[in-house]
Amino acid sequence: MLIRRSATLAPSEITPRALFEQRRLFLKAGAATAAAALLPNLPARAGDRLAGVVKTPYDPGEPPTPLADVTRYNNFYEFGTGKEDPARNAGRLRTRPWSVTVEGHCERPGRYDLEDVLRWAPLEERIYRLRCVEAWSMVVPWVGLPLAAVLAHVQPTAQAKYVAFETLFDPEQMPGQNRSILDWPYREGLRMDEALHPLTLLAVGLYGEVLPNQNGAPLRLVVPWKYGFKSIKSIVRLRLVETVPETTWNRMQPDEYGFYANVNPAVDHPRWSQKRERRIGDLFKRDTLPFNGYAEQVAALYGGMDLKRYY
Amino acid sequence: MTPRERTRTTDLIKTTAFLAGLAPLAWLSARALGGGLGANPVETITHFTGDWTLRLLLLTLTASPLRGISGWQWPLQLRRMLGLYTFFYACLHATTYFVLDLELDLGGLAEDVAKRPYITVGFTAFVLLIPLAATSTRRMIKRLGRHWQRLHRAVYAIGVLGVLHYLWLVKADLREPLLYAAALLLLLGWRVYRRVLVPRLNAAARARAASA
Repeated sequence: MLIRRSATLAPSEITPRALFEQRRLFLKAGAATAAAALLPNLPARAGDRLAGVVKTPYDPGEPPTPLADVTRYNNFYEFGTGKEDPARNAGRLRTRPWSVTVEGHCERPGRYDLEDVLRWAPLEERIYRLRCVEAWSMVVPWVGLPLAAVLAHVQPTAQAKYVAFETLFDPEQMPGQNRSILDWPYREGLRMDEALHPLTLLAVGLYGEVLPNQNGAPLRLVVPWKYGFKSIKSIVRLRLVETVPETTWNRMQPDEYGFYANVNPAVDHPRWSQKRERRIGDLFKRDTLPFNGYAEQVAALYGGMDLKRYY
Repeated sequence: MTPRERTRTTDLIKTTAFLAGLAPLAWLSARALGGGLGANPVETITHFTGDWTLRLLLLTLTASPLRGISGWQWPLQLRRMLGLYTFFYACLHATTYFVLDLELDLGGLAEDVAKRPYITVGFTAFVLLIPLAATSTRRMIKRLGRHWQRLHRAVYAIGVLGVLHYLWLVKADLREPLLYAAALLLLLGWRVYRRVLVPRLNAAARARAASA
C-alpha cells in the first residue's frame, strides 16, 4: 500500500520570517557561547575567590566590619524579617545561571547573562561605609563594577531619566515572599545622574569572594551615600524610564522612606533620630555624616534641592 | 492537705517561680559572656528585655482568670512576684535604652518621648509601673485600702500601652506584636465578660424569674 504524503506544508511548519532572519544572530550567539566555554568559568559559589580584582583608592580608612557580622546581620525580607534569618534561609536561592533583563529607553535592551555583564568592565574592590536607615552601620569591602559601565553598554536614550531595579520574585527560592510583608518584587530606583555616578556600584562579591546569598547574590546595587534599603539585592531587571519609578519602601511608608533616601543626620526618621548611628562592633554610637561621609563627591547632585522635602 | 503542707507547697511554688523569673536574665548573661549576642548586642539586649517585660506582664494578667477558671489559689499567690518581675525586666529594658542607646542624653530622651509615639507609649507604660511596684508591699496594700485596687487597675492601661509600643516600632512584619495584642485582648475580654456581662445576664435571669 502506498502512503501518499501531501506536498503542501502545514502553516505551523513554516519558519517565521523574523526567526529565519535571526539565523545569523543565532550562529553568532552560538559562536560566542562556544568561545565563552573555552574561558575559565567565573566562580559561582559564595565564598569562592574572585580573580583579577583591581584594587582602588576607595577606602574610608576605617576598619572593615568582620565578615562574620557582614554575613549574619542582614535586612533581606525575602528570606525573613529577623536579622539572622537571611543567613539561615538564603541557601535555596540559585544564583547560576542568572540573567538580567534590560528594558525601556535604551539602544540595546535584552536579557543578558550575568557572565556576560561581568565582562563589560574589570571587577574592582571598593571599601564603602554602609548606613542602614535603622541607625546602624558597617564598613564593607565590596567587589563589583560601576553601574555606569553597564549603562554605557546598554546605551540609555535621551528619554531615560531614571533607572528602575527589580529583585527576583520566586517564593520557591525566596520563602519570605510567601507572605505579603512587602509588595513583591522589591523595587528600587535611581535618578540617571545618581546611577551614572562613579561611586554607584553593582556588587558581585565582598572580601574578595563571591557574594553570599544573604548579601544579595549574585548581583546587587551599592549606593554608599544612601540608606541601605536603596541598595537592592539579587537584581533581575533594569528598566530605563522617563518618570520617577515606584519603589517598595516609599510606596509602603512614604513619610518614613523617601525616594532619595540620602543619608542625612538633619532629617529624622519619624520613629527615630538619624543624628547618630551604631557601627556594628561598637558599644556606643557615633555621629552620622551628611551623605554618609561622601558629601564631597555627591552633594553637587542635589544642589538647590530642599533635602528636608526630598528626603 | 494540712495547713502546714499547704504552706510548704506554696513555698515550693513560689521558690520555683522566683528562680524561673531569673532564667531569662541568666540566659542573656550566659550568651553575653559567650559572645553570643550577635552582630548588634545592644539591639539584642533591648529586644530580649522588651520581649520578656511583655511576656511577664501578660503572665501577671493571666493569674486572676486562671484562678477564676480553675479555682486554684496559687496563681494569685504568684501575681505580685510576676508583677515585680515585669518591672524588673522593664527596668533593664529602659536602662539599656537610656544608657547604651541615648548615652544618658536627657535632651534626647525628651525629644524621643515627645516626637516618637512608640516611645511616648512605652515611656508612659514604664512610668506607670513605678507606683505599682512601689505599692506592692503588704504594708502599702493595707495602708491604701480600697485605693490600692483602684491604683493597680493601671496595669490594664500598661498592658495596652506596652503592646502598642511593640506594634508601633515594627517596620513591616506585624505577626509577633499582633500575637501579644491577641493575648492581651483575650485577658482583658475575660474581665469584661466577668464584670460586665455576667452580672447583667444574672440580673436579666433574676428579672425573668421574678416576673414568672
